[in-house]
Amino acid sequence: MVEILLDATIRAGTPILFATLGAILNERAGIINLGIEGLMLIGALAGFAGTFTSGSPLIGVVAAFAAAFVAGGIHALITVQLRGNQIVSGLALTMFGIGITALFGRTMVGETITGLERVAIPGLAQLPVVGRAVFSQDLLIYTSFVLVFALWFFFYRTRVGLALRTVGENPAAADTCGLSVSCYRFFAVTIGAGLVGIGGAYLSLAMTPMWIENMSAGRGWIAVALVIFSGWSSQRALLGAYLFGGITAMQLRFQAVGTDISTHILQMLPYAFTILVLVVSTIRLQKGAGQQPQSLGLPYDREDRK
Amino acid sequence: MAELLQIKNIRKTFPGVVALDDVSFSVEAGEIHTLLGENGAGKSTLMNVLTGLYHPDRGELLLDGKQVQFTSPRNSLARGIGMVHQHFMLVPAHTVFDNILLAMDRVPLIYDRKTFQQKIQKIIDEFELDLDLNARVWKLSIGAQQWIELIKLLLRDCRLLILDEPTAVLTPQEADRLFAVLRRLQQQGKSIIFISHKMREVMDISDRVTVLKKGRSIATLERGQFDRETLATLMIGSDQIPQWQKNLQMSDKIVLDIRNLSVRNDRGLADLDDFSLQLKEGEILGIAGVAGNGQKALAEALTGLKPVNRGRILAGEQDLTHSSARASYISGIAHIPEDRKSIGIAPDLNVADNLIMKSFKNPCYRHGIFQNLRAIRGNARDKVSRFAIKTGSDTAPVRYLSGGNIQKVIIARELSERPKVLVALYPTRGLDIGSAEYVHKVITDGAADGMSTILIAEDLDELLKLCDRIAVIFRGRLIGYADPRTTTREEIGLMMSGEKRRIAS
Amino acid sequence: MKLVTERRDISSPLLRFFAPVASIAVALVCAGFLLLATGVNPLEAYREILYESLGSVYGLSETLVKATPLIFAGLGVSLAFRMQIWNIGAEGQIYMGAMGATWVALFSGLTNHWLLMAGMFAAAMICGGVWAGVAGFLRARWEVNEVIVTLLMNYIAILLVDFLVYGPWRDPQGFNFPLTAQFADAARFANYFDTRLHSGFFLALLCALLLYLFMERTIWGYQIRVIGSNPQAARYAGMRTGKTIFAVLFISGAIAGVAGFSEVAGLQYRLSHGISPGYGYTAIIVAWLARRSAVGVIIVSLLMGVLLVGGDSLQMLWQLPIAFIYAFQGLILFCLLAADFFIVYRLKLVRGTRHG
Repeated sequence: MVEILLDATIRAGTPILFATLGAILNERAGIINLGIEGLMLIGALAGFAGTFTSGSPLIGVVAAFAAAFVAGGIHALITVQLRGNQIVSGLALTMFGIGITALFGRTMVGETITGLERVAIPGLAQLPVVGRAVFSQDLLIYTSFVLVFALWFFFYRTRVGLALRTVGENPAAADTCGLSVSCYRFFAVTIGAGLVGIGGAYLSLAMTPMWIENMSAGRGWIAVALVIFSGWSSQRALLGAYLFGGITAMQLRFQAVGTDISTHILQMLPYAFTILVLVVSTIRLQKGAGQQPQSLGLPYDREDRK
Repeated sequence: MAELLQIKNIRKTFPGVVALDDVSFSVEAGEIHTLLGENGAGKSTLMNVLTGLYHPDRGELLLDGKQVQFTSPRNSLARGIGMVHQHFMLVPAHTVFDNILLAMDRVPLIYDRKTFQQKIQKIIDEFELDLDLNARVWKLSIGAQQWIELIKLLLRDCRLLILDEPTAVLTPQEADRLFAVLRRLQQQGKSIIFISHKMREVMDISDRVTVLKKGRSIATLERGQFDRETLATLMIGSDQIPQWQKNLQMSDKIVLDIRNLSVRNDRGLADLDDFSLQLKEGEILGIAGVAGNGQKALAEALTGLKPVNRGRILAGEQDLTHSSARASYISGIAHIPEDRKSIGIAPDLNVADNLIMKSFKNPCYRHGIFQNLRAIRGNARDKVSRFAIKTGSDTAPVRYLSGGNIQKVIIARELSERPKVLVALYPTRGLDIGSAEYVHKVITDGAADGMSTILIAEDLDELLKLCDRIAVIFRGRLIGYADPRTTTREEIGLMMSGEKRRIAS
Repeated sequence: MKLVTERRDISSPLLRFFAPVASIAVALVCAGFLLLATGVNPLEAYREILYESLGSVYGLSETLVKATPLIFAGLGVSLAFRMQIWNIGAEGQIYMGAMGATWVALFSGLTNHWLLMAGMFAAAMICGGVWAGVAGFLRARWEVNEVIVTLLMNYIAILLVDFLVYGPWRDPQGFNFPLTAQFADAARFANYFDTRLHSGFFLALLCALLLYLFMERTIWGYQIRVIGSNPQAARYAGMRTGKTIFAVLFISGAIAGVAGFSEVAGLQYRLSHGISPGYGYTAIIVAWLARRSAVGVIIVSLLMGVLLVGGDSLQMLWQLPIAFIYAFQGLILFCLLAADFFIVYRLKLVRGTRHG
C-alpha cells in the first residue's frame, strides 16, 4: 500500500517537478514566467505527436523540449529584448499554448502510443518500499533526479551559474562586469521553457499515454506557486512537487476506493492546498527564509536613469 | 607623457535633456586626472559613455591614438578601462568572493575555489585591505564595499581606473586611505580619472583638473595652475551665492523633542540607536554625516513612515511616536523625501492631483465623496505661480517635469499647510544651482516665519551656509553638535567618522 | 555594427494610436498562418467572422450579447489594473456570481420581479466580491501573489459549480444533464428586438459610466489612482494601501460577478456546467487593450464579441476547436507588447570596433 502510494506520488509529482525547475531557471535570471501552463500543454502535445509519428518516446521528449524552447523564445523575445510586461506576456503565452494545442491537437485526439516504459535498476529495484517507487521508474524520472542535483551544481559551483544568479539579482552589476544580460536572460528563459515542456511531455507520454485537450489542468499554475515555496532552490522544488504528487495520489486513491465525498470536491484539493502553501511560504519568505532574486520582474534598460 | 586616452567633442542627450553638450579632454599614462563639476554637470554620464554603457550621439574616443567605439562595458574592460560606479555594482546577497569572481577574466566553467581565493587574497594583502572573502556583501560597511569594487578592477589589470565620487560615502579618514592606495597605483603606472566636487580632495590629489559645466568641458588646468578660488569660479561660474542671515535670536521653545530613539531595519540591525535631539522654534538644524549612517531612518521615523522600536518623539504636548504618515502631517511635520521620484510624487497624475496628495480629504477639496475639481485646479494655479513651477500643460503627468520642478511641486505641497516642522532629506540633490538656491530660500523664509527645519544634507557647504546648529550623526548615534559660526570642516569630518565626540549645546 | 535601442524623446500620439491597430493586424496575419496550417483558408475564415457577427441584425445582436459579460468582467479587471493589481480570476468570479444569482432565483422564495433582480444582483456581487476578496485579503495582509491566488480560485470556482449542478442543485427533471431547473419568468431579464439581446447589456453600459465617475470624480477613485501610480508615494501621503487593495479586489470581483448574474438572468435562465466559456480570460485582454479607459473597455469588448461570434461559426463550419480563439488572443497580446516597445524606443545601428 505504502509502496503503491509512493510510486503514484512520484509519478504525479514529476511533471510538476520539471515545470518548477524550468520556472526556477527563468526566475533566477529575473524573468517571471506565467506561461508555464501553456508551455506544459505545448510540451505535452509535441511529445505525444513526436512519439506518435516516430514511434520512439525519446524523440517525443526531444520534440517536447524543442517546441517549448521555441515557444519560450517568444516570451524571452518580448520580455528580454523588447522589455515588455512579463506578467502580460506570460498570460499571453498560456492563452497561446492552450489555443494552439487545441488547434493542432485535433488530429491526435483518440490516438494511442506506447509511452515511456519502466526501467528497473538492477539490484536497487528489489529494495523494499523504495524499490519500485524510486528505482524502477522510467528514464524521465531518473532524469529529474539528476536535474535537481545538476541545477544546484550549476547555480552554486559554475561560473555561468554565478553569472546567471547575478543577472537576476543586479543586472547592472553583471553588465559592468562585461556580461551580456540579455543573452543570459534569453537562454535562461528558453532552456527553462524547454524543461517545462518535458514536464508536459511526461503527462502525455507516461501518466496517461494519450493527448487530451487542456490536459495539464492547472499544473503549470501549481508549479508557478511552487517556485515561491521552493525559495528558488531546486532541492525544495523536489520536496514541493512530491508533496503535490502525494495529494494527487491520495485524491485518486480516494476516488478509486469510492467515498461519499464528491469527486468535484476532491479535485479542488490540489488547488486549495496550493493556495495554502503559497500563503505559508510567502510568510516564511518575508521572515527571511530563502531569497527572491532582487530584480525579478524588472526589465533591464541600461540607459534608464535613476 | 604619452596620451592614453583622448575624448573629443562628445555629445549625449536623453529625452528632453542634453546631458553632455561638447566635452573634450585627454588622460596621460600615470596621471591622476580629476573631473570637477557640480551635480548635474554631466560627469557620470561622460564616464558611462567612456565605459560603453551609453552610446554618444556624437564625438569620438581615442585610445593609444586609435579611434575606439565601445558598445558595452565588455569592450572597455577588454581595453583596460574599468570604473567604480557611484552606486556600487554589487550583489548584496552574494559573498565578497562571488562578487569579485564574476569580474575576473579567464575563469573556467567549473572553477577551483581555492585557487581563485588565493589570487584575490594576494591583492587584498598587497594593499593591506581588510576584507573577509566569505562575508555577504550586505553585511559590510560602504567603505569595505568600495574596496571590493576596486579589487575587481585591479584583478582585470585595468590601465585606466575611473572612480565616480568615491569619497561621497567615506569619512575623511577612510578617504585618506583611499588616496594612499590611489597614489600607489599611480606609481605602478596606472592612470586614474577621479570624479569629485569636493575642493579639498581635488587640490590634494590631482595632477590635472578638467572642469565640467552644464555638459561642457570648460577648462583643463595643470597642477600649479589651479587653486581653490579659480576652480570654484570655473565650476560655479560668476553666479553669486548670497549669504543668508542666520537666525541669531533663536527661540528657546522646543518644538520637537526626540528622546532615545531606536529604529531597526529589515535585517534587524539598528539604523538609529539611542538617538536624542531637540529642535527649537524657528531653527534650521542641520544633520551632517556620511551617507547611510541613519539619516533616512531618522527622517522616516519622524514622519511616521517607519516604526519606532524604542524611545519617543514629542511635539509639544503631542506624542508622535506611533503615528502614521497622515497623523504626523496633520500635527505639523512636513517631509521632503530623499528619493523624490520614487516616493514624493505619483508620476502618472498631473500637477493639480499631486499637489493635493496629502490634503485630498480636506473639506475644501471635496463635496462629500466627490472631488471639488474647481478648488483643486484653483489650488494648482495658485501654487504654480507662487512657486514658479514650470509645467508643460495642465493635464500633463508630472513625470514629464524636470527634477527641479518636481521638487518644487513637493515643496509647494508640503509647505502649503504651514507646517511647524519641516524634515528635508537631501532637498537639493541633483538640482541645478538656480533650483537649489530656490529651495534654500524657501527654507530660510520659512524659518523667518517660525517654521523649524531639520535639514539632512551631505554637502557641508550647504549645511554651514544655512544652519543655526549642526548635529553630527554616526552609526545611528548623535555624536555631537557643531556651531556653524565657529566650527571647521576638519572638526565636523572627525565627528562624522566617529573619532571625536562633542555633546553640548 | 551593432543594433542598440534608444528611448524616443517623446512618443508621438500618431504612433500611440497606430501601434495597437498595427498589432491587431500583425496578429491577424500570424493567426492566418495558423489557420492555413490546419487547412483552413484564412481569408474565407475572416470574411465568415465579419459576416456572421456584423452582417445581419441577428449577428449584431449576438455580438452585443457576447460583449455583455466581457464589459462587466473587463471593467472589473481594469479597475484592479488601475492599482497595478492583477485580477486573473474574473472567470471564477463569473461562476461565483452566476452561482449566487441562481441561488436567489431558485431558492430564496422571492417572487416579485424587482425584488428578485435586486436580490440576484446583490448575491452575484457578494459572491464574486468574496471570491476576489480572498486574494485581496492575502495580498493586503501578507503580500501573497494575487496572480496565482486569483487564478487558482478559478479552478475551485468551476469545480464548485460543477459540484452543485452535478449534485445538490441538479434539476430532477433534467435527464441527468448537469443543469439546474429553469428560472421563473420573474427572475429573467427582458429581451429586445426579438433577439437574445437582454437588459444585461444596458446594465453593463451603466456600470461603465458609474465606474468612470467613481475613478475620475470621487476621493476613493483619486486614492486608487495615486496608489496605482506609485504605492510608495501613497503610503507616504498617509493612504491606507492595504485596505484599498482589499477593497479594490473586492469591487473588481463583484463587477465580474455581475457578469455571471447577467448570463444566467439574461441568457441561460439556469446554472449549468461551463456557464462561461472563458469570458474571464478574454476580459484580461479587454482590460489590457483598453488601458485605463472605461469607454475603451466597451469598444474592445465589442471587438472581442465579434471574434467570439465569428469563432462559434468557425467551429461549426470547419470543426475548429473554440479554444482556437485563445491562440488568437495570445497573439494579439504578444503583438501589443511588442508594439509598446516601439512606442517608447527606437532602434539604432552603432558602429563598434572589434576587440580581441
